Amino acid sequence: MTAVRNVYIGQEIERTEDFRFLTGRGTFVDDYEPTGLLHAAILRSSVAHGRIRKIDASAAIKMAGVHAVITAADIGEKIPTIPIRLAPIKGLERYLQPVIATEKVRYVGEPIAVVLAETRAIAEDATAEIELEIETLAPVPDWRVAETDSTLLVEQNGTNVATRYAVGSGDADAAFAIADYTRREFFHAHRHTAVPMETRGLVAEWDAANERLVVTGATKVTFFNRRALAAMMQMPESAIDFIEIDVGGGFGVRGEFYPEDFLIPFAARMTRRPVKWIEDRTEHLQAANHSREIDCELEIACRHDGTILALRGRIHGDMGAYTRTNSGVVPAKAAQFLHGPYRIPAVKFDVAAYMTSKTPIGTYRAPGRFEANFFRERLIDMAARDLNIDPVEFRRKNLIATNEMPYSIGKLVPYENESAYDSGDYHVALEKCLAAFGWQEKKNLQGRNIDGRYHGLAVTCFVESGGAGPRENVRMLLERDGRVTVAIGSSVLGQGLETVFAQIAADALELPFEAFRVLHGSTTLLDEGFGTYHSRAVVMGGSAILDGAKNLLSAIRAAASLQFNCRADEVSIDGGKAKGPDGRTLTFAALAAAAGPISANGTFANAQRTFSYGAHAAHVAVDARTGHVAVLDYVAVEDVGRAINPALVHGQTLGAVVQGLGGVFLDHLIYDANAQLLNASLADYLLPTATDFPHIRGVTLELHRSPSNPLGAKGAGEGGMVAVAATAANAVAAALSSFGVQPNDLPLSPPRIWQLLRDAASGRQRAP
Amino acid sequence: MSGRATVQFTVNGKHYAADVEPRTTLVDCLRHDLKLTGTHVGCEHGVCGACTVILDGAAVRACLMFAVQAEGADIVTVEGLADGDRLSPLQASFRKHHALQCGFCTPGILTTAHTLLSEEPDADADRIREVLSGNICRCTGYVQIVEAVLDARAAYKQKWAAAL
Repeated sequence: MTAVRNVYIGQEIERTEDFRFLTGRGTFVDDYEPTGLLHAAILRSSVAHGRIRKIDASAAIKMAGVHAVITAADIGEKIPTIPIRLAPIKGLERYLQPVIATEKVRYVGEPIAVVLAETRAIAEDATAEIELEIETLAPVPDWRVAETDSTLLVEQNGTNVATRYAVGSGDADAAFAIADYTRREFFHAHRHTAVPMETRGLVAEWDAANERLVVTGATKVTFFNRRALAAMMQMPESAIDFIEIDVGGGFGVRGEFYPEDFLIPFAARMTRRPVKWIEDRTEHLQAANHSREIDCELEIACRHDGTILALRGRIHGDMGAYTRTNSGVVPAKAAQFLHGPYRIPAVKFDVAAYMTSKTPIGTYRAPGRFEANFFRERLIDMAARDLNIDPVEFRRKNLIATNEMPYSIGKLVPYENESAYDSGDYHVALEKCLAAFGWQEKKNLQGRNIDGRYHGLAVTCFVESGGAGPRENVRMLLERDGRVTVAIGSSVLGQGLETVFAQIAADALELPFEAFRVLHGSTTLLDEGFGTYHSRAVVMGGSAILDGAKNLLSAIRAAASLQFNCRADEVSIDGGKAKGPDGRTLTFAALAAAAGPISANGTFANAQRTFSYGAHAAHVAVDARTGHVAVLDYVAVEDVGRAINPALVHGQTLGAVVQGLGGVFLDHLIYDANAQLLNASLADYLLPTATDFPHIRGVTLELHRSPSNPLGAKGAGEGGMVAVAATAANAVAAALSSFGVQPNDLPLSPPRIWQLLRDAASGRQRAP
Repeated sequence: MSGRATVQFTVNGKHYAADVEPRTTLVDCLRHDLKLTGTHVGCEHGVCGACTVILDGAAVRACLMFAVQAEGADIVTVEGLADGDRLSPLQASFRKHHALQCGFCTPGILTTAHTLLSEEPDADADRIREVLSGNICRCTGYVQIVEAVLDARAAYKQKWAAAL
């Protein structure tokens, strides 16, 4: 009898996580309440840029129930700074964030003091009793002001310009000099952020007798964060455990090392009490990473027939007040992904990053890609129109062909090697998108006014990277009851990876899905892990499981050989049983009961990125009277290489599209001229609700596996997001083509659209 | 701020008495005094709906009520929806349709949808979206949530038919 192979991968299995979430039995960080807890509340700067003249916490400390107040003075001579995890671009390291404000504050929301009290309410009350004097300095509200260096955020650096660099391939200037057609446009992708439903939070417990620290509520990159904290607290890494429990969404923002990730453990060590901090929503909007805010000046050079000859552009990244763990990822990727899925012989991009007196920038799902695709695809639609070429034909003409794979885009990122798209059929993805969308049937609606609503259609193409290295690790343990525990370095932030990893492991070990228990994220599980970001969990973690399973089978063979008195290579394994040369069999459970639990490690190392790709199409109707845009249909098509659980991939796509549409039409962190954040509540910061975008469709393709990992997976979390601004804005432009307006500034909120139409009517041009 | 108040109510069929500050919200009382942590807090200002509980048959935001206002009330939280370890038809439908990812908003969505279908077992997709528009989910894009609620209607219709 041969076991049925590969039965779980590819199936829409119900998630193992769901029972606990549906019954209210999940454990999120605020559900964890050790005894003796102190609650932390953080006093944050209400001033964008200022010099701290006085902090007097004496009244706060006297309040009943207040245990301590921590300010910079309590932390020591040298205030630790938050290290860079990704994208080390020279210059940005001069703006690292101190874990607490010392002489200056540089954004609204910067931590100044931590109050520790018997209840959260008392701690919050006490923050109001801290006497604070801040001398207000001139704000640096945007990159244009930053560039003048009229006010310096960090005086000793002598400039607010953190970095400038140029990247490219081919001779773009020469191409522009001889091109039949060129066009240059200015674009703006606005500041917004991920807003996971669960705000950040931590519980830190200090074991004074053993000088050990346990931090619960960690996620995303727990091993990196532990290393960072160990250095800051001058402790050995092994004396700190980071524990990952249920996490209410991340989308890039949650789980990076923030000031609180030092302050709360520090408070626990100082007070020798467990300390809990749960961020409130206003704090979250002020203090967790913001993202996007990129200005782009982009030029395209083409032949008359629409063949793209070159792209040339400038990226201006507003980094906010400090360089955080993601450093320059956002502007760097905004430049790299301008190339897109097209054959472009020459590109040249100048990138600059500026420090401003706003919340620091980090990654949010599809960082830089959401922006880059918007810039490039908008310009392509304008060029196609100028050249009188159908925008679909224009894309068909320029998409990279399968026989050009792997396709090198050169070295477009200073801290990475040359990149090459790994595999794919970009043309087929476009055609599948057009077919699923019903492009032919809908085409005659393009630009039509039906009862005061102008209809527009657009289709765009994208390529997206995933699977960041360097490694992922797993430990697999055959328990005495015959079940297998999979302990993995990947983190889980709500994606359903406990299910997905069990599917992969079940196929690899030919055991039932129910035999697996997946543990993840916590630093107690393994010596080293790399976490979950950049659509890497399945690519890297899943591939590590394949290696772990192979090694576990070897270990099982070795253990069985002792029971059977034979050589290990004489043991065969079939459907959860080991069989000796004499025909004797032992179930895995019997074997583990006899031999003890059997364990094996697995690892997968890879320096090659995966590249998923696809196309999005949208049909919108714009109400010219109100500026409201209705999304009547939206189709996202992505080749993910391999879908382990297609229902979960589908959920990622739909969720990403709606998040993306929020980013186009709703989400917007609005600052005034004093760099004061105006909408730090969910009443003012708009997120998509169930009535906003009901017509969303996703199509998952598995056309071309990635050659760089044994699963062939390309990652699946971000492809639904990358092309949403590009597609929605092009559809709006198409709808309003009779007015000649160009929606090049996000967000496309009703007042913005209304203003564009009004300006068009009065003949005014938009200033760059 | 000063003083304490005693409040008594029923949660998931069980009687509770809690000694709280008058300013304690219902959701904080449920979570931290009664240790019923299934109900979640997403914004504390009544926008996101994560804290929705069923109070005397109505879906309400437990972050917008003081615990003392719930005196004598009959409250159902997410912990009260299943029959022991057996998922309710609505919960099972959520699992079947993959109508949740991180699960943080799910308790509020379940209590809201349960209240809706208990009153309107024929609710169509538009009506479901309208009612759920007070609950923010950041993961799913709502598509599979609406499918799950639509699919659960049959069980509520049966209950209605049985009650007639």
